Amino acid sequence: MGGTPETLALEGARVGSATRRRDAVEGWIFVLPLVALLLGFVFYPFFGAIWLSLNQKVIGAPAHWVGIRNYVELLHDPVFLRVLRNTVTYVVGAVSLKLIFGMLMALVLNQQFRLRNLFRGVYLLPWVVPTAVSALAWTWMFNDVYGIINTLLIRAGLIDWGLSWLGDYRLAMVAIIAVDVWRGMPFFGVTLLAGLQTVPTELYEAARIDGASPWVQFWRVTLPQIRHVALITTILSAVWTFGEFQIIYILTRGGPGNATHVFSTYTYEVAFSSANLSKGVAVSLFVLPFLAGAIYLLVRHMERSELA
Amino acid sequence: MLRWYVSRTLTLYLPLALFALITLLPFYWMLITSLKRDQELYSFDDPLWVKRPTLMSYARLLSTTPFVHWFKSSAIVALTSATIALLIGALAGFAIARLRFPGRYHLSQTVLLTYLVPQTLLFIPMYDIFYRLRWLDTYLSLIMSSLTFVVPFATWLLIGYFRSIPKEIEECAQIDGATKLQTLWRIVLPLSAPGLVSAGLFAFTQAWNMFIYPLVFISSPEKKTIPVGISALQMGDVFLWGQLMAAGVLASVPLVVFYTFFQRYMVEGLTAGAVKG
Repeated sequence: MGGTPETLALEGARVGSATRRRDAVEGWIFVLPLVALLLGFVFYPFFGAIWLSLNQKVIGAPAHWVGIRNYVELLHDPVFLRVLRNTVTYVVGAVSLKLIFGMLMALVLNQQFRLRNLFRGVYLLPWVVPTAVSALAWTWMFNDVYGIINTLLIRAGLIDWGLSWLGDYRLAMVAIIAVDVWRGMPFFGVTLLAGLQTVPTELYEAARIDGASPWVQFWRVTLPQIRHVALITTILSAVWTFGEFQIIYILTRGGPGNATHVFSTYTYEVAFSSANLSKGVAVSLFVLPFLAGAIYLLVRHMERSELA
Repeated sequence: MLRWYVSRTLTLYLPLALFALITLLPFYWMLITSLKRDQELYSFDDPLWVKRPTLMSYARLLSTTPFVHWFKSSAIVALTSATIALLIGALAGFAIARLRFPGRYHLSQTVLLTYLVPQTLLFIPMYDIFYRLRWLDTYLSLIMSSLTFVVPFATWLLIGYFRSIPKEIEECAQIDGATKLQTLWRIVLPLSAPGLVSAGLFAFTQAWNMFIYPLVFISSPEKKTIPVGISALQMGDVFLWGQLMAAGVLASVPLVVFYTFFQRYMVEGLTAGAVKG
């Protein structure tokens, strides 16, 4: 194609706009399966959940409109208020411990030593193995008569007789948080490790020359450098911990006496054990304000970390 | 020199060993339990060791429970949904990463956010939908419900991967007259093999591990997936611990095998959501 610069530019522009139109059409065709899936099986049920919570519906019967009655009833239900408190205890306890232990794990893994990949692989196992499987193994470990935890504690002389880990209302909460921390800390460990590896080593050298102790280096150099990764990881984990179902369902079923019932297990119980779908949905929708807050924070921080 | 050893032990070897111990204890306990006879299982003299290992629990598990069926269900559902997740994810990821179309920015954000919607919020309305579609108690209900979380994740991961491939290679192909689909299939996908492996493995793992959807949607005992099947075993007899732990070991085998060979990709998948902006 010969021609003056002007005609070439003109041709380029024409090709550009045609390409853009074709891109738009093809783009939408390519994302069509994704969009259809999200509309049909995420958004439709999501709004269906909200609609359902404003109705009275039991399995097999048609729904009829009751407004916010399900929510009002829940707020007057002492069991639900207990569930609310349990959920906060569980999420705050589990997420903060996961953050602390995950940070320790990342700091350990970030050092130079042989077999580092092997150890990282081993640490990730709790995240890979089905939670139902590990939750069952933990149930057996917490067994009050034959469980390994009581056996070891008795042999170490720390207790005189076996504790009823899953039968005592305070210990049961400790137990489910412990299992959740065990399962979730590798996620923190690995993402925080990825964050640590992006910190420029010059910063530490400069800090050392200034005579900063490892402790000061951690607070002044490491933490500020990885705060975005740490925050994003914490938000993701908080959202997942809020929705955690398997660990509690398998270890305690919400018991003893509702002591470990959280949103997710109570939702299941109300919806299927009491066959009240709409009220069950209303329980799960109490997570929405929290979810909205988490999403807001997440979007803001992801944009920032992209800019950085 | 001595000080160096002391500090290295305190900051490295000791925590390294402690973390390994805590991580491995449940798996070790599961394995050792699955190999014990009843007398050893319920005796106190040597809980952390097995004197006369036996595969009796495994034999009983396979002969008296539908474990083989559960394994089959899990395999069908996890393989199908991982494959579909890669197909949908590759098409959409390529479009979002490379094609300029209105709404692509919002779409990529929506993909990330749907990944966060808790399953405990969706399972009741989904139950209602599947009830009306007459999909309850079918593999289809499990595959569709698992797609709602594996597809957004696969798409998100692949967007990041496709963006890291130099654009020039694709532009060359298009100048040579290749269509978009040909470019994706012949150029982009082969170059993103690691991304496809991590997305595929991750989708498989998540579908294999899903719990609340099969618990609610499936009622036939032989269509249950492994996690739900073994949690139902737990409800029965108290003396099933040997079999339960054997089931746990067998359920973990495929994942641990994949994981041993593809660890690098799994770690990449795990960190993609949090670290890639």
